[in-house]
Amino acid sequence: MIKVEGLTKRYARKVAVDNISFEVQKGQIVGFLGPNGAGKTTTMRVLTCFLPPTSGTANVAGFDVQDQPMEVKRRIGYLPETPPLYPEMEVHEYLEFVGRIKGVLANDLTRRVNEVAEKCAIADVRKTLIGKLSKGYKQRVGLAQAIIHNPDVLILDEPTAGLDPHQIIETRELIKGLAGEHTIILSTHILPEVEQVCERVIIIAKGKLVATDTVANLTSRLRGAETVAVEVLAADAASVQRSLEQVAGVSRVIAGAHRDEKLHFTVESLEGRHIRPGLAKAVVDAGWQLNELHAVGLSLEEIFLQLTASPDEHKEAAPVEPVAAPAMGSDAQ
Amino acid sequence: MNTWTIAKKELNSYFRSPIAYGVMAFFALIAGYFFYVAVVYFVRRGIESSMMGQSFPMDVNEFVIRPVFSNISVIGLFLIPMITMRLFAEEKRTGTIELLLTSPVSDMSIILGKWLGGMMLYGAMLLLSAFSMALLFAYGQPDWHPIVIGYLGLLLQGGALLALGTFVSNCTKNQIVAGVAGFAVALLLWVIDWVSSFETSITAKVLSYLSVLQHFDSFSKGVLDTKDIVYYVSVIFVGLFLTARSMESLRWRA
Repeated sequence: MIKVEGLTKRYARKVAVDNISFEVQKGQIVGFLGPNGAGKTTTMRVLTCFLPPTSGTANVAGFDVQDQPMEVKRRIGYLPETPPLYPEMEVHEYLEFVGRIKGVLANDLTRRVNEVAEKCAIADVRKTLIGKLSKGYKQRVGLAQAIIHNPDVLILDEPTAGLDPHQIIETRELIKGLAGEHTIILSTHILPEVEQVCERVIIIAKGKLVATDTVANLTSRLRGAETVAVEVLAADAASVQRSLEQVAGVSRVIAGAHRDEKLHFTVESLEGRHIRPGLAKAVVDAGWQLNELHAVGLSLEEIFLQLTASPDEHKEAAPVEPVAAPAMGSDAQ
Repeated sequence: MNTWTIAKKELNSYFRSPIAYGVMAFFALIAGYFFYVAVVYFVRRGIESSMMGQSFPMDVNEFVIRPVFSNISVIGLFLIPMITMRLFAEEKRTGTIELLLTSPVSDMSIILGKWLGGMMLYGAMLLLSAFSMALLFAYGQPDWHPIVIGYLGLLLQGGALLALGTFVSNCTKNQIVAGVAGFAVALLLWVIDWVSSFETSITAKVLSYLSVLQHFDSFSKGVLDTKDIVYYVSVIFVGLFLTARSMESLRWRA
């Protein structure tokens, strides 16, 4: 449905998007993930024909953004970061206006406005001035505006930014509900959002494509080795460390801060091994008290930080955070 | 079709904001005052000349309608920047321009729509002065042709200034800047022919030709002069063309 090849967008002084290629299949929800200033908005603006690419091509629903922008625009619904609302208009007036300029036929207009108002839960504020709406409502009016012409592709730029937690959940549910009928690209720098909403994720940083995969794959790929934090109540730190090292599947044991008799260790497994049962058994069998044992899982958050951090930051970070070390190698895959 | 949709939206938002009411009230006040002064002057002169036994040519068109039209055309210079300043600047500031530019609407439809929206407000404003003109018909027998031509001239002159103002508004996202710069352009196009009062070189003639008000003279007299119509229509085209170019550059820069 969306095909981007070698897309580059250069502004006067800086390269905002650098040679990005990706594809999105029909009906998917794709998370477009990256820190602020990574080039998410720029890429979206190219896809929506707001900005022309410097080089490369972008193809939406079979039409090139540069050659046939009108066809592309007809098939795209776009919610920019700040919803493009006219505060002096009433909600239904605004939706009718957008419907008209998006090419909804006059006969269908009223029906479409009612449908999207229903779908986005704004039917109760139809006669309210947009300027008087709360932020959550404004965001939903923005979403309604994006789907009024029933577009094939929906592009949402940080749809939950600036909303309160309750509104964020509502908006996410709404977006999930829209999937299937529409192919959705949604940009965000909030990771749980991607985990909850998206099927696939495209990570970009500093204008470059860092990773593109399904959320599940990305998590498991980077979680190849397991890291476990252990707290043991024992007198002899050296012997605890030795016995932990002898557990099958352990690659190394790093001693952490010991306070009195509470000993902290960080244990790393070999690729693909589950070591937690073994560790627990080793401690208990030796007669020590096991206070705590938990996997230091790599959340998408950590993956993201690793993938988007620049190489220099890696070098500085590595000695301080040995926990992050094993996963780093795997982003070369 | 899209042009009309956008024009209606513009007109609608003028009347949802204080701009339309402010501009129209100001216009009604000043235009009414000009009309009052012209009529009083006309009546005084009529009485004076009849007292002195002279037969003064009592020509309403020459002594009331013509000065009123000239004065209205000057008010236009001040009010039109207020009409155009928000056209694009506001959309750029709030980001709604992204909605328009990502909709299947051509740039020209957007520009024409906005210009037309401005024209409709300007037309509504001019309509207020028609009340004064109607009074003349109630108490006298003025020739209606010069009135029609005068209004046509005002519309053409307004259209030209609106087109330039639209362009200025497209160059900035700050309404105040757009207003001030629009006013500066209008003012410059007014005073640019002053140089011709003491200079007779080619340059002075060219500058004089560029003046907006200079071309209104014939209309206020009730004369249709092709030269002046061509001038106003060309300025409209230049203004809208520049706006289109500015929109295009916005895409490459933004």
